[in-house]
Amino acid sequence: MSRLAAWGPPFPAAAREALHDPQLRANLAAATATIRDRRAGAVGEVAEWEQLREEGRRIKARTLGDLDAMLERLERAVVARGGTVHWAPEAADAAAVVLDVARAHGADEVVKVKSLATDEIELNERLAAAGLRAIETDLAELICQLGGERSSHILVPAIHRNRGEIAALFRRTIAPGLDSDEPADIAEAARAHLREAFLRARVGVSGANFAVAETGTVCVVESEGNGRMCTTLPEALVTICGIEKLLPEWRDLEVFLQLLPRSATGERMSPYTSLWSGVAAGDGPREFHLVLLDNGRTDALADEVGREALACIRCSACLNICPVYRRTGGHAYGSVYPGPIGAILTPLLRGPGEADSLPYASSLCSACADVCPVKIDIPRILVHLRGRAVATSRPRAEGAAMRGLARVFADERRYARAQRLARRAQRIGARSGLMTRLPGPLAAWSADRELPEVAGETFREWWAGRGR
Amino acid sequence: MAADPREVILERIRAALGPARPEPPGSGERVEPAATPGDLVDLLVDRLVDYRAGVSVVPPAEAAATVTALLAGSGAERAVVPPGLAAQWRPAGVALLEDGEGLGARDLDAIGHVVTGCALAVAETGSLVFDHGPGQGRRALTLVPDHHVCLVREEEIVRSLADAFRALAASAVAGRPVTFVSGPSATSDIELRRVEGVHGPRRLDVVIVADRPAPAGPGTG
Repeated sequence: MSRLAAWGPPFPAAAREALHDPQLRANLAAATATIRDRRAGAVGEVAEWEQLREEGRRIKARTLGDLDAMLERLERAVVARGGTVHWAPEAADAAAVVLDVARAHGADEVVKVKSLATDEIELNERLAAAGLRAIETDLAELICQLGGERSSHILVPAIHRNRGEIAALFRRTIAPGLDSDEPADIAEAARAHLREAFLRARVGVSGANFAVAETGTVCVVESEGNGRMCTTLPEALVTICGIEKLLPEWRDLEVFLQLLPRSATGERMSPYTSLWSGVAAGDGPREFHLVLLDNGRTDALADEVGREALACIRCSACLNICPVYRRTGGHAYGSVYPGPIGAILTPLLRGPGEADSLPYASSLCSACADVCPVKIDIPRILVHLRGRAVATSRPRAEGAAMRGLARVFADERRYARAQRLARRAQRIGARSGLMTRLPGPLAAWSADRELPEVAGETFREWWAGRGR
Repeated sequence: MAADPREVILERIRAALGPARPEPPGSGERVEPAATPGDLVDLLVDRLVDYRAGVSVVPPAEAAATVTALLAGSGAERAVVPPGLAAQWRPAGVALLEDGEGLGARDLDAIGHVVTGCALAVAETGSLVFDHGPGQGRRALTLVPDHHVCLVREEEIVRSLADAFRALAASAVAGRPVTFVSGPSATSDIELRRVEGVHGPRRLDVVIVADRPAPAGPGTG
């Protein structure tokens, strides 16, 4: 298994396939329009939104600039409150902690809160390989797990499915008697299915939205109550926390708990925000394990331009606003991190030479940067990573062609000669004023684009010949 | 390779940041949001109704009777209460069990109703906040039963999240868990439309105890 789970063909091929699925496009268009309106309403209510974004950006920059000291402070705070801290340089190290804890508690299953970090390290697959069953308890994650599908959205993994498709899946799997497509009835079926799993669970696994260095507080934001079930009822809890999730101080939460729910689901607050530090006597798990996960984050940190991407709080506002994501959906990105943030985070976490086509999955329209609650300059990093991809790739025909083109454009006589040549050559491919097919290797370029026909006479030729 | 994983990560971070670390941006003045105008009780009621919680605003003398009526209205025969819940808030007419060592999650599931107080409530976001002290109960208590009745005294209402985090700092330092509850459990996972009622309590009734008349919300959603 690779460092950051990868699947499917590169973006250009995967996107082409997704664009030919009209049901997918309809589902995405409807869902993203709903969430964009809700976000705009919730953000518009906060007069100081721009100041909050700036404060959020600064807090994250301070955290990342002093990350080693922050992590050591967090560790001390968690240990002082009865928790155990594990350090996981790679994905397998984090999975090993979950396995050890489950074995120590005689568990053959764990209940899971929705967590991108655990998706990223393919925790479920790693646990299954060791004979341990992971039960996803978030409704959308459950839908993906039952359907054997990957997540297609950071926040709403099953956004690509509509109610009819989900109800049909439930009838085939956990709720044969479900006789309605209503979301409320589907949610009721999920409640009935998972209730027993929560009540018998010995080990819970979660991610973390934030971890506060000062107080050792871990924060999980959720809607359904499944997060509270998993972090409260089991004997032991393992939280897998990316090292970039830190906040320096307790009071920093007031900034991020305004930024996150309004940007993510367009709510003033999500129904449940759970905060805990170590273990509490007589309340919740008797054992708490915090796993600090690197898995490529320090590589991203070493990239002076790209490190800003580690400020991401996974709200998914950039996905919902992105004209590319809204049409291709998340699967085309081939990563648990799709959309604009995924197009930078995925290559940064995987390293040079990997996921090189993703930084091109953007029109650089900058809508993502405008909605980002921590002001990540996504377009700038996209361009930076395009540069990295070109610098690290092997020389290709395209590079040679571009150099040739630069030579032609640099000299007036060569340019004029090329125009005359093009005029003659286009008789092969032009149809009614448009060139729809270029010859030879250029055909790949013209497959999705049309060129206007080269004029019979250029302005310069007309000017030179006027009065004759 | 037997390198200490802690040192591996810390060394990677030091290498990534290099010897000359960028000057950290100043903390600046913390944004103090302009207060949403209006009475705190009215604002809290408005937010809770928006989340489709049931809301009543009653004088102290009527608190217990209101809780009793809410429990009776949902067909409760038994309800669990946390140790430390004030006697004048305890409902009559139902069997009350005080939470203790004996009650497991399955018992809470079977009882189905819980009555608690809270540490504070945030008017602007419609949040009930628990630091799980006396009168509030451990975390499972306000989670597993399907019906939660929460009493909020007027003096426990703060305006903003910033106010709440200031007030909760001592709890955090002491290592107490803190839970924000903003409406009944919900999901937006199907077509991004909010549906109330998944794993947490599907019915949340908030009784705001304020020593004056105020308009009540439209009742349980």
